[in-house]
Amino acid sequence: MPTPFEYAPAPESRSVVDLASSYGLFIDGEFVDGTGGSLKSINPATEEVLAEVAEASAADVDRAVKAARRAYTRVWSKTSGKDRAKYLFRIARLIQERSRELAVLESLDNGKPIKESRDVDIPLVAAHFFYYAGWADKLEHAGFGPDPRPLGVAAQVIPWNFPMLMLAWKIAPALAAGNTVVLKPAETTPLTALFFADICRQADLPPGVVNIITGAGDTGRALVEHPGVDKVAFTGSTEVGKAIARAVAGTDKKVTLELGGKAANIVFDDAPIDQAVEGIVAGIFFNQGHVCCAGSRLLVQENIAEELVSRLKRRLSTLRLGDPLDKNTDIGAINSLEQLERIRHLAGVGDDEGAERWTADCDLPSKGYWFAPTVFTGVSQAHRIAREEIFGPVLSVLTFRTPSEAVEKANNSAYGLSAGIWTEKGSRILKVASQMRAGVVWANTFNRFDPTSPFGGYKESGYGREGGRHGLAAYLDVV
Amino acid sequence: MARLEVRKTYKLYIGGAFPRSESARSYEVTDTKGRFLANAALASRKDARDSVVAARKAQAGWVKATAYNRGQVLYRVAEVMEGRRAQFVDEVVASEGLTARRAEAVVDAAIDRWVWYAGWADKLAQVLGSTNPVAGPYYNFSVPEPTGVVAVVAPQESSLLGLVSVIAPVVVSGNACVVLASERRPLPAITLSEVLATSDVPGGVINLLTGSVAEVAPWLASHMDVNALDIAGVDDTDLRASLEVAAADNLKRVRRPDTDDWTADPGLTRIRSFLETKTVWHPIGV
Repeated sequence: MPTPFEYAPAPESRSVVDLASSYGLFIDGEFVDGTGGSLKSINPATEEVLAEVAEASAADVDRAVKAARRAYTRVWSKTSGKDRAKYLFRIARLIQERSRELAVLESLDNGKPIKESRDVDIPLVAAHFFYYAGWADKLEHAGFGPDPRPLGVAAQVIPWNFPMLMLAWKIAPALAAGNTVVLKPAETTPLTALFFADICRQADLPPGVVNIITGAGDTGRALVEHPGVDKVAFTGSTEVGKAIARAVAGTDKKVTLELGGKAANIVFDDAPIDQAVEGIVAGIFFNQGHVCCAGSRLLVQENIAEELVSRLKRRLSTLRLGDPLDKNTDIGAINSLEQLERIRHLAGVGDDEGAERWTADCDLPSKGYWFAPTVFTGVSQAHRIAREEIFGPVLSVLTFRTPSEAVEKANNSAYGLSAGIWTEKGSRILKVASQMRAGVVWANTFNRFDPTSPFGGYKESGYGREGGRHGLAAYLDVV
Repeated sequence: MARLEVRKTYKLYIGGAFPRSESARSYEVTDTKGRFLANAALASRKDARDSVVAARKAQAGWVKATAYNRGQVLYRVAEVMEGRRAQFVDEVVASEGLTARRAEAVVDAAIDRWVWYAGWADKLAQVLGSTNPVAGPYYNFSVPEPTGVVAVVAPQESSLLGLVSVIAPVVVSGNACVVLASERRPLPAITLSEVLATSDVPGGVINLLTGSVAEVAPWLASHMDVNALDIAGVDDTDLRASLEVAAADNLKRVRRPDTDDWTADPGLTRIRSFLETKTVWHPIGV
């Protein structure tokens, strides 16, 4: 049967991005050579090397922390809230002005579809800086007492799934509250952070207020454990989050952790089914499922399970997987070979444990890292694919009969980051939402983000909140 | 002939009941001059675990109580304490070596602290929550919710005011707790448990143990069904660090010691330490 819609390729031009062949570390307002080794950042859709970046050594970390301390003591702590605000507004505007460049670079380095980097990531980055810019000179009104104080130097370690957005979540509130930062982007996605360093220069941000050091796990560890750091903010795996909590034990360092998740997306039998299908797709296939709050456990009421799953499969068959820079692409590349292998492994475990795998019928490009949208049915709570974070485009489907069973199953997880509820009944939404042990609950929607909306987990999904008035607390001397 | 006094047996307070330690151990409690005051139960690992089970069970009901109701229950604790004021003064004098006048001030402050926290129960969500003006057609709000079960090591010096100052902010929002009383000065805590048992605090919401911090605190810190840990009363810095390390196993929220001045205005920070923020989104449409 001929397909009714054929799409011509519609690639976004990458000429807006001017990449150097190698980058140093951004310390004290300038790019300097690192004293450690180097890493190659590759385009996961093509496996081409995009640029080489420095792998910051312990000495480099020390230099960056000292620069941040100097900038804090001599400049930033003496800069008025009004002026901090204006720097942040400048940065927000520069991000908007360079938005296409940043979106294309993000898609190149991360593998996410351009329609997401262009329409979700980068607009949210600018919005985040705008939002926190306005707080910088209003901290006494934030509900933390008359004179909340900054903490000092913040060490910030971010993941590869939303490189630029996670940078914004970390840097904007830290600077607004009056801290200086040393930020380490993820090993596989360092490039937009380095472009952000250039934006800081364009904004004439005082040297040392923002320092960007690239590297892998050792660099992150050296940064977190550096005695000159007052605050640690981390987004990433629960395993590393626990290691950080242990590393700061017995110190005065304040910590916020935004970690893994295994969110239940609960669909009741009275849900608007087409909207629910769209929400399930947005919940787990947005950003290739590389989302800590992804709706990776679909809990569907038993009497509609068959129909819902069949509609879901039909919808998934229309998703377009391929070139992240193509404006029609829905599913981009898996960020790294390591992550692809992890997804393959856990999907294999799903097979071994007796769940039934269904995979969307789509051609995978011959180069790069790809994983087709996959749905497992017949999943039980004991299955590893129902308990462990896969962090990929893999959905596990479980069923329930009663609302209390749905709540019980949803909360049966060490994680507690997010949850979804689909029903037309308002009172049920409010009841079930109140019973979810999760930090973000999306009712009749999923995977929405906004700088005014606090985000963060219960239980082993971490502690502290990012976004909104609540997000300021992470960078002030208040609890 | 003088009447022979009836001496009291000091026990643990777990799940609303007063058991002895399952280990059948006790230890001598003395006043600040070293004179014998009582034998207190020496809590064991098993007692700590039983307390966590009781707290978890009670928390489910406590969190469902209305905020108005929780406020009244906390106020009732103050009422019942007031009736035992003289007894608390005697025990604070004996435990802390204060003059009667200073001890009276301490007891008054402790009672007043319950009143202060009682008033917060139905205001927290308004002060700490928010509606969030997201850029899109969604109604979005954030509410504070209790973290769950909190293990508390109560201050060592301030055996009553310090104790109340760490318990009230935990339970006012709907948490349940397991509290390890001041090791050398446990008598005011034991009397407080008798107050709690005769007020309206549901059994299991507050569990009070007496015994060794070094022995019991590590079991609470590593317990996988405890959500948060307050180490206000852990004076040994090595022990503090090791408790934090143990707490990381399930990412307990840890409140580090930050004050010895329990007479100061407490502010909201202790309440905040044991809250989660939940944010709910819903589309707006017709």
